[in-house]
Amino acid sequence: MVLTQRAFWEARGRSPALKPVVFALALVPLAELALRLFGLGLWGALGVNPIESIVRFSGDWALRMLLVALAVTPLRLLTGLAWPMKLRRMLGLFAFFYAALHLAAYVGLDQGLDWARIWADVVKRLYITVGMAAFAILLALALTSPKAAVRRLGGRRWQALHRLVYPAAVLAVVHYGLMVKADLTQPVIHGVVLALLLAARPALKSWRGRRRSGAEGRVRTAGRGL
Amino acid sequence: MLIRRRRPWDMPESAVTPKEVYLSRRAFMAAAGAAAAAPALLAGGREAEALVARPGVREALEPIAETQWSTVGPNDKLTPFEDVTSYNNFYELGTGKGDPKANAEQLVTEPWTITVDGACGKPGKLSYDDFVKPHALEERIYRLRCVEAWSMVIPWVGIPLGEALKRFEPTAQAKYVRFETIHDPKMLPAQRSGVLDWPYVEGLRMDEAMHPLALLAVGLYGEVLPNQNGAPLRLVVPWKYGFKSIKSIVRISFVEDMPQTTWAAYGGGSEYGFYANVNPTVDHPRWSQASERRLDGGSIFSMFERRDTLMFNGYDDVAPLYAGMDLKKWF
Repeated sequence: MVLTQRAFWEARGRSPALKPVVFALALVPLAELALRLFGLGLWGALGVNPIESIVRFSGDWALRMLLVALAVTPLRLLTGLAWPMKLRRMLGLFAFFYAALHLAAYVGLDQGLDWARIWADVVKRLYITVGMAAFAILLALALTSPKAAVRRLGGRRWQALHRLVYPAAVLAVVHYGLMVKADLTQPVIHGVVLALLLAARPALKSWRGRRRSGAEGRVRTAGRGL
Repeated sequence: MLIRRRRPWDMPESAVTPKEVYLSRRAFMAAAGAAAAAPALLAGGREAEALVARPGVREALEPIAETQWSTVGPNDKLTPFEDVTSYNNFYELGTGKGDPKANAEQLVTEPWTITVDGACGKPGKLSYDDFVKPHALEERIYRLRCVEAWSMVIPWVGIPLGEALKRFEPTAQAKYVRFETIHDPKMLPAQRSGVLDWPYVEGLRMDEAMHPLALLAVGLYGEVLPNQNGAPLRLVVPWKYGFKSIKSIVRISFVEDMPQTTWAAYGGGSEYGFYANVNPTVDHPRWSQASERRLDGGSIFSMFERRDTLMFNGYDDVAPLYAGMDLKKWF
């Protein structure tokens, strides 16, 4: 029974529709934002302060996509399914995409391309500094995401570089928390999800390791019994 | 030689609008609508007022005295009623900008009692009517600058704060006025959370409170104040950041020492000090106050341009209140 379920889910992963479907889903927030620009949003409107709304909306989705991308490895460890890994790069690039939108909305719409004012913000305001640092990391990871970059950097160095996604996610949550005035509910929720996703990695790895050695142990005992 | 400088805020509308137009404005606007009234009023240079028309959402406030002051310039377009009443900071009704409107019915404003106590000759507990009815209502069109770097232009209706306070005969010990918002966690679920230290408290120095610009608002756009805007009685101090203009007031106390106010005490003083005068040269700890975005109901493209924030939100007449004070220290 377990095996058939597993086979069922593994088959999902082999479907050629998998990537296009996830790609389309990840574009839904962008489509919603475009609809809101014309007053046609399905789940809300840009409202009284439309520029603030766009900055917030894109920032929210950048963080959510980052958390989704970081959920891939725990999902693989938990289920043993291999195919979620095929989506990891795409989800990470979507996180970068929404972060770039967020930054562009801040620089272009909120600050009106006033570079002096933006620079003053970056150096003076901790939440902007932290947000910029997170974006700089995501940019480096996006630029080195093609397979060619993996080859050029070498697997080990590439992996070391891409582990920076963890500090980037932490910085993103800190950026959110520093920005809000009094009600920390949303930053805390995102922070807890991130903490769970990060803690799940070592926890699930050791759990997998124990299960494997346990299974080997049982095989050996069984062999001896024969 | 006595030179009397003409101050924009003490110009009654009757001084700049032909009297017939002014006197008949309310009836005329109701009958003909804002568009028809606009040309006559534009001749008087009062673009903002040409747009004041009752939205018909709340009960109309009558009568409003002739002293109808506008303090706004030709670039200050009125913020639409819909925007003034759907984008609010009123944490008692929720921390999201749309929450106060969504939860407005949680706040029950009838009956309403205002307690006046402290250093005054005639303390008392007054009903809303007993507090407000002795005064003539005035319309004041003010800019409102939020500490979050956005601003609106709002036609308030209210009574001058100084005149209301004088009735209670503050004594020489009354150096400050302390205001308190309703505290009722059973009625207002948000007050069961620890987002802020309830009740919300604000305060003014006595001379600030006596300044003719300070208003106790009971309405906006010619109608009873919507709950999300701080019904039934709120402060409006246009030269200070919006959070000083405390909403839904239940207690007014004359005190000798500077009161501990909510945002000044928040996070060990990490937000703002007691004065919180609009000041483009003193930044919020986390953002610049040098410029602001005017929320005037325009499209995203018209809001693109930020405008420079003015010292005292453009109400320079209050400057003498702070003569000799280092406003970078007393922010």
